[in-house]
Amino acid sequence: MSTHHVEMIINGRRHAADIEARIALSDFLRDDAGYTGVHVGCEHGVCGACTVIVDGQAVRSCLMLAVQANGARVTTVEGLAAPDGSLHPVQQALLEEHALQCGFCTPGVVMTLAALTADDKEPTEEQLLAAMSGHICRCTGYQGIRRAAKRLAGANQEKT
Amino acid sequence: MKPAPFDYIAPSSIDEACAILSEAGGGATVLAGGQTLMPLLNLRMSQPFVLVDLNKIADLKGIAHTNGGTRIGPMTRQCEVIDNKVLARELPALVQAAEHIGHHQTRNRGTIGGSIALGEPAAELPATAVALGASIEVRSTRGTRHIPAGEFYLGPYMNALQADELVTAIFFPGWPTGHITLFREVAQRPGDFALLGMVGAVCIENAKFVRAGIAWFGMGPTPIRATAAEQMLLGQSVDAFDAQVVADRAVADTAPFDDHHASAEYRRTVGRRIFARTLRDALATEELA
Repeated sequence: MSTHHVEMIINGRRHAADIEARIALSDFLRDDAGYTGVHVGCEHGVCGACTVIVDGQAVRSCLMLAVQANGARVTTVEGLAAPDGSLHPVQQALLEEHALQCGFCTPGVVMTLAALTADDKEPTEEQLLAAMSGHICRCTGYQGIRRAAKRLAGANQEKT
Repeated sequence: MKPAPFDYIAPSSIDEACAILSEAGGGATVLAGGQTLMPLLNLRMSQPFVLVDLNKIADLKGIAHTNGGTRIGPMTRQCEVIDNKVLARELPALVQAAEHIGHHQTRNRGTIGGSIALGEPAAELPATAVALGASIEVRSTRGTRHIPAGEFYLGPYMNALQADELVTAIFFPGWPTGHITLFREVAQRPGDFALLGMVGAVCIENAKFVRAGIAWFGMGPTPIRATAAEQMLLGQSVDAFDAQVVADRAVADTAPFDDHHASAEYRRTVGRRIFARTLRDALATEELA
C-alpha cells in the first residue's frame, strides 16, 4: 500500500495532501478538500453524479484516482458561481427551466454542460443532449434538463 | 465500494513499464483510462498488488498517419480519435465505433488501447480492429511482437497477451479513400453495452466488390469476423448481389449467447436484419454521393 504526496488546484486554490493510492478523486474532493458538491452515487461510473472538470474535460471523479490528478486543475460545482454569488450560465439555465428536484444528480449535469460550453466552444444541441446520456436523474423526468441544454446550445451561438 | 489497498507506480517510459511488469510476475495490473478497471477495483472484483499507471508515458499516446496506414498509441483517448479530422476521412469506421463507446464523460478518459486489450465481447473497438485487419504491437523485456487482431481474442476478456506484455501500438492498414463504411449497433439506450452490432468496410471497383472486412460484436465470446460473407461479396456485382443471403451467411458463423437483455435467437434475428440493411443502406448512400 503506497502513499503519495499530491498537489492540485481545486476551484482556483492549491490543495496538497499525503494520501493512499487507492483513494478515488471523488472521495478526495469530498473528504479531504471539503467539496461536498461532488456527489457520489454509484461509484462505478454509471450515474454521472460525481462528474467534475479535470484540465478542461468533464470526467467521472469516481473512475479516477486522486493520485492521477496530481498537478491537475480541477473544478467542482462550488467553483462555478462568481464570488458575488451570481450563478454560472449553466446553473442559471437549469434554475430557469426547473431542471432539478432533489438535486442529487445536478452537480454532475452542471459540470458536463459547463465543460462543453466553456470558453468559446459552440456545441450543437445534439452534442449537449448526447452528453446528457451520461447522467441519470431519478426525479425530473429529464425534460427540464433537456430544455436547459437546448437553451445553452442556443446561447453561445447568439453571442457570436 | 472502495478499492482494496495496492501499490501505485506511474512509470514514464515503456521500458520502465515493461521492467515493472516483468518483475511483478503477474501480480501487477495495468491502468489505462480506468473506465472499466476502476469500477472493478471499486467493487473489489479486481485486487492487484501493484497498479501500473500508463498515463505518464508520452510514447504510448498519439495518432500517426503513414503511407501504409495509421498507427495509434494505446493511451490515445477515445475522444481524441473522435475529434481527429484525418481519421474521419481515412478510417470513418473507427471514428463511428469510438463514438458509440460509453458516454462523453467516459470517452474523455477511456483509451483506445484499454478497450482493445480488455476484449469485452460486446465492445466496438475490438471488432473494429478485427474487421479492418489491424495488428497489435506488444512489448516486454523479452522483445516486441505483432499479433493480428484476428488472433488476439481468445475468449471474453481473454487475449493473447502474456502477463509481462504491454500493448504499445495498434496499427490499422490503409483503406483507399472513398471506401464504404459499415457500422450498426443495437443497444437499449445510448451509452449502454451493445446487445449486438457489426462494423467494417468494403471497397468497390467497376461496380464489383473488391475488398471487404466485416466483424460482429456481441455475437459470441469474441469479436467474430464474417469471413465467409466477405468471400461471398468479393467479385460480386453491387447491382446483382442479394444482401439477405450474405447476411444469413454472416450470422451462420456467429455464436451468440442468452443473457438478461436478449436471447441468442433475438441476436441472430436482429443480426440478420442489421447486416443486410447496413450493407444496402451504405451502397444506396454511395450511389447518391
